Amino acid sequence: MAAIVSVTDLTKTYDGGFQALKGVSLDISEGEILALLGPNGAGKTTLISAICGMITPSSGKISVGGHDIIDDYRAARRLIGLVPQEINLEPFEKVINTVRFTRGLFGKPRDDAYLEKILRQLSLWDKKDAPIKELSGGMKRRVLIAKALSHEPRVLFLDEPTAGVDVELRKDMWEIVEGLRADGVTIILTTHYIEEAEAIADRVGVITNGEILLVRPKDELIQQMGKKELWIELPDAIASVPVALESFDLRLEQDGTRLIYAYDTASERTGITKLLSTLSDEGITLRDVSTRQSSLEDIFVGLVGENA
Amino acid sequence: MNWQAIRAIYIFEMARFFRTLMQSFLSPVLSTSLYFVVFGAAIGSRIDQIEGVSYGAFIVPGLIMLTTMTQATANASFGIYFPKFIGTIYELLSAPISFLEIVIGYVGAAATKAFFIGMIILGTAFFFVDLPIKYPFLMLGFLILTCISFALFGFIIGIWAGNFEQLQIIPLLVITPLVFLGGSFYSVTMLPPFWQFVTMLNPVFYLVSGFRWAFFGTADVPIGLSLMAIALFTLACLVFIGWIFRTGWRIKP
Repeated sequence: MAAIVSVTDLTKTYDGGFQALKGVSLDISEGEILALLGPNGAGKTTLISAICGMITPSSGKISVGGHDIIDDYRAARRLIGLVPQEINLEPFEKVINTVRFTRGLFGKPRDDAYLEKILRQLSLWDKKDAPIKELSGGMKRRVLIAKALSHEPRVLFLDEPTAGVDVELRKDMWEIVEGLRADGVTIILTTHYIEEAEAIADRVGVITNGEILLVRPKDELIQQMGKKELWIELPDAIASVPVALESFDLRLEQDGTRLIYAYDTASERTGITKLLSTLSDEGITLRDVSTRQSSLEDIFVGLVGENA
Repeated sequence: MNWQAIRAIYIFEMARFFRTLMQSFLSPVLSTSLYFVVFGAAIGSRIDQIEGVSYGAFIVPGLIMLTTMTQATANASFGIYFPKFIGTIYELLSAPISFLEIVIGYVGAAATKAFFIGMIILGTAFFFVDLPIKYPFLMLGFLILTCISFALFGFIIGIWAGNFEQLQIIPLLVITPLVFLGGSFYSVTMLPPFWQFVTMLNPVFYLVSGFRWAFFGTADVPIGLSLMAIALFTLACLVFIGWIFRTGWRIKP
């Protein structure tokens, strides 16, 4: 699919000399949901800020919808909606006015019917005439989303949209994102919550120390890099792993009632058959057997740990 | 040109003005009335006419100038500083608008507010003194130019300011003294020669003088010089804003 956002060799060095981005290249396909994962200070927000025009890149090229973000900034920015990480809203302004303001800034004529649709989707319609200072934190975040969607963007950046948001609102947010995807909007979200990326992203990018470590389809990433574990529950506790099983590198947990065998799904032989027959030979009876897939979180921690 | 964006900024800023309508209008009207009572009625009754104009009427152009300059500067500086302070500046930076359009929106709104307040003071003045206006269109033109140029100046201050103290300090420490010492309440001919010379170095003096000329047809300096002064001031502000635009000074890392 064609790239709607294309970043090539992007660097950003701040005035103090801190290099926040060290040659980032990234293509984002139209209609996909890309989650950018990374620890604090990894460069996620800097990358988004550079694409959206809030900071000037030190070098490199960025295009959105084929438009260069500097030479053709009007056309590029018209396609972009941004939900910033911080709740930045004018406290005394009414909800509807602040949303109208953003639509106007993006050069769109007033369209109250469209704004009503968005505000209803975000459960904000009842609050449309309320001053922003009277809204709860979650509601304010919805206002930020309403503003970002007010000009019908094709690409939406969500910078940690669910940081500090309760579980219910987070689920709502995911539903909103799903709805936008159905409308063909490309979504790039940064997050600390790996479960968020796991739940909604098509692809996952991991960024740390200003560099992109990898960008892969989520499922492929989990499958390729994921280790699986076989959990063997024993009816009778054992004191230690029998000598005959030492070559399997087993872990003994739950006071000797659970044996855990980690194996690589990508390898030709997983060793499961041999393990089970050895257990049988040793006369160890089994109560239950199950498998566990490592989560994106385990992969992420492993990746960032290796590159720290 | 993204006219929708200019319109959006203008409407948004004017809404702030109307939200605080009482403060916006009441305080200039009240302070002007106090000036009239103190300078016009109390002190003015003991002063002869200046250049053929009663003292009460003589101070009106200076009073209008004092308030419009302060208001234009304060409104424009606050207008652009506040988004920086609360973080909503991200919207301006990520929207498909040029810096020129941002300036037109904010400066236009600030100048409009200052102009309205100027007109209200003029209206208030009619209650206190008998006020001739010899060249009404020129007077309005001069007032509009002043509002725009000082709103441009305020915009620069708003971009420059790093905190609320800095935002207040220029109107307080620069504009008010310059207007007071710029012949608002006296004719420069009333001063000793040394202070006359000092007054000539004050740019606001030329503006007050020009504005007064539009009312009474007499002034301390020729009207051409006053027009040149305001044009130069506006140009200086525009050049500086152009530089901010090119460098992203204080707004864009």
